[in-house]
Amino acid sequence: MGNLASYFAYPFVRYALIVGVLIALCSSLLGVILVLKRFSYIGDGLSHVAFGAMAIAAVVGLSDRMILTLPITIVCAILLLRTGQNTRIKGDAAIAMISVGALAAGYLLMNIFNSSPNISGDVCTTLFGSMKILTLTKSEVILSLVLSIVVVILFIAFYNRFFAVTFDENFAKAVGTKTYLLNLLIATVIAVIIVLAMNLVGSLLVSALVIFPALSAMRIFKSFRSVTIFSACLSVFCALLGIILSILWGTPVGSTIVVTDIAAFALCAIIGKIKG
Amino acid sequence: MDQLTCKNLKLGYENITLTEDLSFSVEKGDYLCIVGENGAGKSTLMRTILRLQKPLAGSIEYNDDLTASKIGYLPQQTVVQKDFPASVYEVVLSGCQNSLGVHLFYSREAKKRALDTMERLSLSDLAKWCYRDLSGGQQQRVLLARALCATEKMLLLDEPVAGLDPLVTNEMYDLIKKLNDEGITVIMISHDIAASVKYAKHILHIGNGFFFGTVEEYKKSSAGSAYLEGGEA
Repeated sequence: MGNLASYFAYPFVRYALIVGVLIALCSSLLGVILVLKRFSYIGDGLSHVAFGAMAIAAVVGLSDRMILTLPITIVCAILLLRTGQNTRIKGDAAIAMISVGALAAGYLLMNIFNSSPNISGDVCTTLFGSMKILTLTKSEVILSLVLSIVVVILFIAFYNRFFAVTFDENFAKAVGTKTYLLNLLIATVIAVIIVLAMNLVGSLLVSALVIFPALSAMRIFKSFRSVTIFSACLSVFCALLGIILSILWGTPVGSTIVVTDIAAFALCAIIGKIKG
Repeated sequence: MDQLTCKNLKLGYENITLTEDLSFSVEKGDYLCIVGENGAGKSTLMRTILRLQKPLAGSIEYNDDLTASKIGYLPQQTVVQKDFPASVYEVVLSGCQNSLGVHLFYSREAKKRALDTMERLSLSDLAKWCYRDLSGGQQQRVLLARALCATEKMLLLDEPVAGLDPLVTNEMYDLIKKLNDEGITVIMISHDIAASVKYAKHILHIGNGFFFGTVEEYKKSSAGSAYLEGGEA
């Protein structure tokens, strides 16, 4: 334990802890909606889109890649979530298509234009986050802090409407709820979280953070409110535990958090079975 | 008094016309069953009345302070709902969303309305149950309660007994009849022609042969007699 305390003397450890927890909180809140809307894989899809957009930004030579990455990802999120009953390509296929396509195109662009001396290193960073979370700057921490607060406030403010739209979009639309705007809002928030999170922790972790806490909570709890609250708490707890374990054992941060989430899911599944 | 008047409606999607020249009106307290073959445009008609889609031509008038958003709607269940972790109370309360207006949270009146409606449909004991753990009949009753929260005037039901066993089906019909007797207008899509003729006041038959009129007239009409015999054979 004394060992751990000495680690916390380093600001980069504290930053990693703060940002990791914030991203875990935000993605788990939206994760409940995404899993229920059958969009579990959107985190993965969008992060690949963001990767492709980053490749374009690098080729074009933009210094601030976020300018290009964020809008492209938001547009793709809106397109993906806009699926109704009459779309030609169903939600899961659309995500798979965009995800694989963007990844391939991005990698191809990077190779052709050879913008960076270490391409496979870049790709690895994007997918697994590798060490990025341990090299965060103070401004990045503040940015994620502000955005997380915005996301949490939005979620609480629109909680009732989000529930209505997720449970039954047709009914919501019929009684005059502006479902189109709500879906737009959900898509935008998701895109922002994913772009941010991908930069900080990698796309592998983003998907896991979206899916696992929500699914774990659904094993045990029986109301939307309790599922949401528990999923947020569990996600924060797993992120904390994962980061601490990765520091103590010297393991990669992202994958340690994911493994912690898997363990929590297994535990919840067992508890759910016992409770009946 | 007419609550809803449809004039010369033409329904369908971009290139496909499902049905044309549809004119009928619905009175306050009416019980209208919409029958017809699959793909005749029954659900499309309902979606048009709810303003979920636009008619290709024609118009719908709402009277008696009725707007599309004041109609209680019971849609067919979606796949998403089957394993949705939501309590009965949460689902019923979401029926009050047209009372939210610009507010973010449900008012005390809305919550009371949800509780009263659950009482009315004897769902109070199930308030804390999870929607996915209920039987098919109970789930339909919860969705009916949600629809009732949205309206005091008119219910639109899209095959409310689909997939229910005969006993529960009859319970559902009796419940709907009771609500109709209390003064709520009912418009229902149904494949159950025998029950439609038994409970409804008016029948709207679309598709192969158009008919609109009372049940008595329907039995005598060519569209109705063919359909009734087909149903019984």
